[in-house]
Amino acid sequence: MQLFMPVFIAVVIIFGAVKRVPLFDAFTCGAKEGIRTLLSIAPTLVGLITAVEMLKASGATELLCSAIKPLAAALGFPEEIVPMVLLRPVSGGGSTALLTGIYRDCGADSFAGRVASVLAGSTETTFYAIAVYFGSVKIKKIRHTLAAGLAADLTAAVMAVVTVRILFNS
Amino acid sequence: MLNYIFGGMIVLSVICAIATGNGESLADGIISGAKSSVELLVTMSGMMLLWSGIMEIASRGGFTAVISRLLSPLLMRLFRNVPKDSKAMNCIGMNVSANLLGLGNAATPFGLSAMGELKKLGGEGDTATDDMVTFVVMNTASIQLMPTMVGVLRQSCGSAQPFDILPCVWISSAAALTVGLVIAKVLR
Repeated sequence: MQLFMPVFIAVVIIFGAVKRVPLFDAFTCGAKEGIRTLLSIAPTLVGLITAVEMLKASGATELLCSAIKPLAAALGFPEEIVPMVLLRPVSGGGSTALLTGIYRDCGADSFAGRVASVLAGSTETTFYAIAVYFGSVKIKKIRHTLAAGLAADLTAAVMAVVTVRILFNS
Repeated sequence: MLNYIFGGMIVLSVICAIATGNGESLADGIISGAKSSVELLVTMSGMMLLWSGIMEIASRGGFTAVISRLLSPLLMRLFRNVPKDSKAMNCIGMNVSANLLGLGNAATPFGLSAMGELKKLGGEGDTATDDMVTFVVMNTASIQLMPTMVGVLRQSCGSAQPFDILPCVWISSAAALTVGLVIAKVLR
């Protein structure tokens, strides 16, 4: 898997060269866009990571987790990721903040860290996507979209635990 | 929504800290939280810029269109009411391909025009058509070959092999998408 990224980059570069894209010009132009993306998520991350850190320092997270713990344990779910499962469909920035919290508390290569990463990588901010797409064409009756979207999110959460368990023997 | 969540988190933590006598550690938490969020942004910025640059090369060369062509047999099966080679189908293909490549910024405009085209096809009114539901469900389930953000975050937090989770991500998101689409079909 370590080779996936270098090979992917090589494929893109060769593809660009074949298509006569000015490689370095395009690269710098895209990287400039990257700065803009980074700046646009900075305020969200600072606000939400601080808020998450406050919840942890105050002992509130511990209280909340101890309430959910029995249920999570019964389902074989790492309790640390329960808040993230709940926040993920609602806020991309919020779940990123929780994700870094899990990395710091449990380690990026721990079981909970891996499950949280898979969850973050295999789901989207469901409510946001629904609001943006239906809002753009003034659709108000979205019928069963939310049910299907949330079912997909739940599947991703379960599959994150299952796949990490199987593929990492943990 | 986020306004309530943000406000709730802060008020809850202050109340909880006072009730449990954790006032001092809460003050530390505020300072370290603000500090570590900026540290995180700085550590991940290198990879973010590099990746955006590489993906700009892909998108200028028309990589998205290539993937879109590969996906078209599958998409035609999902959107039976959408004519082949129509603008709607083209936008759907480009949106799904851009999402697959992790080009979120490029995916949204295609997605919005796809919704506009689907509305033209599906008549007027404020009710979603079956195709619209299918399309939005595809966008709520992330299908990404390379979840860059997660990889970069893991690396900045000390992971030995940040991308070792890729197979898990692919399997989970494929499963999630399948369940989403099946439910969208069943509940019609």
